[in-house]
Amino acid sequence: MVLVAGVDIGSLTAKALILEDSKIRAYAIIPTGVDSEETSKKVMNIALEKAELRLEDIEYVVSTGYGRVVVPFANKNITEISCHAKGAVFLFPSVRTILDMGGQDCKAIRCDASGKVLNFAMNDKCAAGTGRFFEIMAETMELPLEELGRLSLEATDAAKISSACVVFAKSEVLTLLRRGVDKKNILAGINEAVALRVFALLNRVGIEKDFAITGGIAKNIGVVRKVEEKVGLKALIAEEPQIVGALGAALFAKEALEQVKK
Amino acid sequence: MIIHYGYADGSGEYYLIVDTDKCDGCGRCVEVCPNDILELAPDDYGKVVVRVKDEFVNSIGYICPACKRRDERCENVCEHAAISYSW
Repeated sequence: MVLVAGVDIGSLTAKALILEDSKIRAYAIIPTGVDSEETSKKVMNIALEKAELRLEDIEYVVSTGYGRVVVPFANKNITEISCHAKGAVFLFPSVRTILDMGGQDCKAIRCDASGKVLNFAMNDKCAAGTGRFFEIMAETMELPLEELGRLSLEATDAAKISSACVVFAKSEVLTLLRRGVDKKNILAGINEAVALRVFALLNRVGIEKDFAITGGIAKNIGVVRKVEEKVGLKALIAEEPQIVGALGAALFAKEALEQVKK
Repeated sequence: MIIHYGYADGSGEYYLIVDTDKCDGCGRCVEVCPNDILELAPDDYGKVVVRVKDEFVNSIGYICPACKRRDERCENVCEHAAISYSW
């Protein structure tokens, strides 16, 4: 039995995943605190507890994400781009294009059958299509974040949101709310604006089927449907789309360990 | 691997595009860059290639287009056509 782990310290959430041979044994997701090093220890401990293991039992750890360099118990760090591709292809072997919609950035990745990255573009300058964008929209409309997707699908007449910039979109949304426009229609408008932005990012790398969406936004069914509409492909989504990066990191850990043992 | 360094905003798309399969890590582009935004580093698969330094990725649109008037720019000095621009 081989035990390895992947730790993904993202901008908003931290994820740890323990792999037993090629099976996910346990994982944990927690908010990233101000101290990324502490966060990494905390999230790893929760995953270890769930797996009923100790850190000493884990033979190799790969860290990834924004905070990947500050994980004290990692043997190696790898960018989240490679990890997302690796994780997505492991879950869905037919996947060649991945859209990762994370807490504070969006990435479009095209990869080969082994999960090796072929083409990649990221946007972390602009908040459009990120978790933070939707958090602010939920606050502005006084709606629970988890409800945004479902509600947007009930729209009857999508509002026009011309800006996908969170600052401008927020003021547009406020104007629409004051005018009495139904929140569901506003949500549908927001999703349309965001889908257009991420579609441009996907076109940069080229779209090849199959197509997967990873990251927290993959849980927003409204955004997923809009992106699918633009792309013209159904999106494959993991049961827990937030752990795909950590899973990829754990898979790299397994490979690295096999190399070392050779 | 093709890597798009940069971003898109309301004014346009600003990407410096590196094809790491073509890059042989010679470093000529790094030498000619007047703003010192490029460096050589191993990628995730262990190959030493040119990359845009993290701190410049989100300001490419302000820095790089000015080089359009220079003959000695990263895109031109690369013998393998590993670097291109979106602007």
